Amino acid sequence: MAGISKGFFIEFEDLEEIIYILKNISEVDLSGYSKSSLKRRVERFLQVEKMDLVDLKNAIINVKDFHNYFIQELVVNVTEMFRDPEFFISLKENVIPYLKTYPQIRIWSAGSSSGEEAYSTAILLNESGILERSFIYGTDISPKALETARKGVYSLNKIKSYTENYLKTSPRSEFANHYTAMYDAAIINKEYRSKVLFSSHNLVTDHAFNEFQLIMCRNVMIYFDKELQKRVLNLFYDSLSLFGFLCLGSKESLYAHDIKNNFKVIDKRYNIYQKIK
Amino acid sequence: MVSASEIILIGGSAGSYVLIAELLESLPEYFDAAICVVLHRNKQFDTQIERSLSRRLLRNISPAIDKMDICKNYVYFAPAGYHLMVEPDYTFSLDGSEHINYSRPSIDVLFETAAQIYREYCTAFLLSGANQDGARGLSIVEDFGGKIIIQNPDQASINTMPQAGINETQNPQVWDNAQIVSFFKNLNKQS
Ligand SMILES: C[S@@+](CC[C@H](N)C(=O)[O-])C[C@H]1O[C@@H](n2cnc3c(N)ncnc32)[C@H](O)[C@@H]1O
Repeated sequence: MAGISKGFFIEFEDLEEIIYILKNISEVDLSGYSKSSLKRRVERFLQVEKMDLVDLKNAIINVKDFHNYFIQELVVNVTEMFRDPEFFISLKENVIPYLKTYPQIRIWSAGSSSGEEAYSTAILLNESGILERSFIYGTDISPKALETARKGVYSLNKIKSYTENYLKTSPRSEFANHYTAMYDAAIINKEYRSKVLFSSHNLVTDHAFNEFQLIMCRNVMIYFDKELQKRVLNLFYDSLSLFGFLCLGSKESLYAHDIKNNFKVIDKRYNIYQKIK
Repeated sequence: MVSASEIILIGGSAGSYVLIAELLESLPEYFDAAICVVLHRNKQFDTQIERSLSRRLLRNISPAIDKMDICKNYVYFAPAGYHLMVEPDYTFSLDGSEHINYSRPSIDVLFETAAQIYREYCTAFLLSGANQDGARGLSIVEDFGGKIIIQNPDQASINTMPQAGINETQNPQVWDNAQIVSFFKNLNKQS
């Protein structure tokens, strides 16, 4: 897509006002999100919807459920199956052997978007022979993304690029073994869908809901400021069992956070950490 | 490390690498600004360019890191696969949203966000390239009082991008390669 036309630019003060209104009429608090990124998302929304700021504020306040739609369009949902194939290779080599020692394995994909990360992990677990005793929780705030995730249906166009990623992690396998093709889409096999539960959970306001051996939260915290990152990292710390693993996105690290002292670096390049105390 | 109160942006695509290497090579030992480069490249080449330049030039050249302070006397590259933005608290942020002008990182996105924060303390260069990315960003730098410089299209390996920059802006300065290099060479002597 082309960029945002100047006519749709807003000021940072306008952004603060929108954040304030949203906070008042819903439980969503965007005040800890990266401001420039969020501002561009608002501008993009205005451009796509052909609205101005006054329209937007009116709609948020007066139109029922508009704010849910708005928030859903603000968050960045871009994802892929086997995103950063090298990460999944590292997961297979460095984390799976540990997971194998557990009788039951609980995994959390936080900010799971449309489910690709959770399903990729399920496939990896299956290929390692431990899917049977594993369960994956995928959580997100976007109802639309959660709905797609639950269906496990992706366009064949997407499947094509996911196949390339997959073959980099499992070169001798067939990606087609993991889904059933329909006309112009594919549905992820039931054996995987039955091992993943998608539900709504807000990293900003909700609390720990289970204890996990592996938490993945990739490409979510880049949209948060440092303080919110800290809150979320504490939430993950509380949700991990001792010697459990935390995986962040390829541009997210514990480097700038004190909590790093409670973790051991397992893969520096792909940001895999193990809770050691 | 001291936060930079001035930022110099460089956007380049196909055919710009050699000039970028040359102008970084000509930098004085110390300069006051932060220099920030978006070079369109394949995700496969991730951080090789920064690493080899950093080793060759023995200076602070690094990929821009999310939420990191933007410091004086540093050269930053936008990492492959993410848009690079400037935040109101003078830090970087990365963003994996949709490609802009078929590009991520997009030059427009960096220029546009840096312009609104650094305003007249922002200087932007647009160099050789085969697409339109950066032109709109330049015009925004201009709108917010920054300085805009475009590589002379006659000297660019591929002139599409500089030409688009000229078409999109009001009063760009169009410089030959030698002028661009000399700007960086004399960085701390001007101002
Ligand atoms: C770019 S996607 C990441 C998907 C996947 N983890 C990956 O790396 O490809 C970011 C997701 O985080 C979700 N998100 C944003 N804010 C959130 C919050 N406060 N709580 C939970 N999820 C959130 C968005 O809805 C979006 O689906």
